[in-house]
Amino acid sequence: MPLLTIEHLSYRAEEREILSDCSFAVYPGEIHSLIGPNGTGKSTLACLVMGCSGYRPSGGRILFKGRSIGGLPLPERAALGICMAWQEPARIEGLRVREYLRLKEKTLDPSPYLRMVGLSPERFLSRTIDRSLSGGERKRIELASVLSVRPKLAILDEPDSGIDMLSLGDIEGVVRAFRREGASVLLITHREEMARMADRASQICGGRIVRTGPSAEVVTLYKEEGCGVCGLGGARDVRARESA
Amino acid sequence: MSEREKVLDAFAASGWDRKIIENGEIAHLVASGNSIVSGREAEGLSMETEETTSGIRVAMRVREGAVLANPVHLCFGIRHEEGVQEIEMEVTLGRNASAEIVAHCLFPNARKVIHRMDASVDVGEGARMRYAETHYHGRIGGIEVVPKARVTVRKGGEYRSEFVLVQGRVGRLAIDLDVEAQEGAVVELAARVFGHGEDSVTIREKVALNGRDARGLIRTRVALEDESSAEVIGITEGNAPGARGHVDCVEIVKDRAVAKALPIVAVRDPLAKVTHEAAIGTVDKKALETLMAHGLAPEEAVNMIITGILR
Repeated sequence: MPLLTIEHLSYRAEEREILSDCSFAVYPGEIHSLIGPNGTGKSTLACLVMGCSGYRPSGGRILFKGRSIGGLPLPERAALGICMAWQEPARIEGLRVREYLRLKEKTLDPSPYLRMVGLSPERFLSRTIDRSLSGGERKRIELASVLSVRPKLAILDEPDSGIDMLSLGDIEGVVRAFRREGASVLLITHREEMARMADRASQICGGRIVRTGPSAEVVTLYKEEGCGVCGLGGARDVRARESA
Repeated sequence: MSEREKVLDAFAASGWDRKIIENGEIAHLVASGNSIVSGREAEGLSMETEETTSGIRVAMRVREGAVLANPVHLCFGIRHEEGVQEIEMEVTLGRNASAEIVAHCLFPNARKVIHRMDASVDVGEGARMRYAETHYHGRIGGIEVVPKARVTVRKGGEYRSEFVLVQGRVGRLAIDLDVEAQEGAVVELAARVFGHGEDSVTIREKVALNGRDARGLIRTRVALEDESSAEVIGITEGNAPGARGHVDCVEIVKDRAVAKALPIVAVRDPLAKVTHEAAIGTVDKKALETLMAHGLAPEEAVNMIITGILR
């Protein structure tokens, strides 16, 4: 049985259809990437799964372990084992990294989780997660914090954005660490290299899932053919335009 | 038990460390109402004290070049339910002197108490002063606190102050602080207050950056719940070339509380720059959802955000 099932999911905001009839599934222990260009509804889908305020499906269902969770508030979804790393993590003035990594378990040793994301516990445990951190540092701390709650499903919204090129390999390692820790991962990205590391992938474009399958296959088709829904072409279109 | 012991016990029960007065190396002054309970000077620090009809008068002088090894501890308060305490304080730091003053203002049983402070502070050239004032007012809120200070920070001097009232009720608080920063001086004013019930908070802090390259920061954090209210007025004037100032105010409101922020910035020199930011409203939605996604209940998440800003 899938851990997460997205079944004909639609979402409208101010009369505009953001997501339309989206379906795919994430299986236990799987890293599943959701790949697509900017503005195609990836983060909206993440917020719908997490149950963020203001996000209610206009159609379809979200199932977690076969149970519909569409009507559950965010804390109840968190209690089921769903956690999310936001694309732009919140800054919480005065909250120390040490405390942030111990939100769920007060006696947890947070150091290993910082090391997993390439940060030194000595340097970061006493820092506060406010504007004194750089975007990349905050992003890594967010990933460490999601690791520390040991979720069943981790939704990682663009974990590679704001991260320097040299550190992208580290982030891939962090995504794999989620699986080692027993989590399934819904990995949201628009970067092909990142999507390729997943077991399977769904390509989203114009608010629709246009294909789902093994990640190498989906990413190759995404790169070559684009999607055809929103008019964005892939490399094949570019070559055709260039030769014309 | 003597009145002195009763006062010291009452203050200790409010969180004050009474061992301070037993330590011969730490300067201190303890006053209950208009009675001076205990006091000690330290190397480089002289203190003249006087009991008045409604409080005390104190003049503290830190000798030129003296660097006080330990913070000076002041403990003011009233242990009874009613009373008035008026503190007149004059602090002078000589040239290149350095001192840290920690003030504990304790009114654990206040039902009808007035506490007024009128301070005059002169931070000499190159001198450094850090002043931290923490209040505890008990759970009833029957208190009026009116701290007023005029501070001059001379060339190259530093003045950093912090006012904290986050435990127990506030009552009525009206802070009025005026600081003049001369050439190259640095001023930082911080205040953290948590209002409950029908508490009323007014904070007016002004930094006049009158000297070339003077720097100022006013940082205010207020959380309010129930029917409490707050008005925060942060004024910074850039009056000289190279002066840099910033006003930063965050107020979080819950329930039926009401918050106002009035950042006032003025620049009278084209080479000065003053900025301000104020955020007032309910708890940040994204921060709240982040904490809830990590397993906190909504109320726990709100409390954590409030605790964070008041740190």
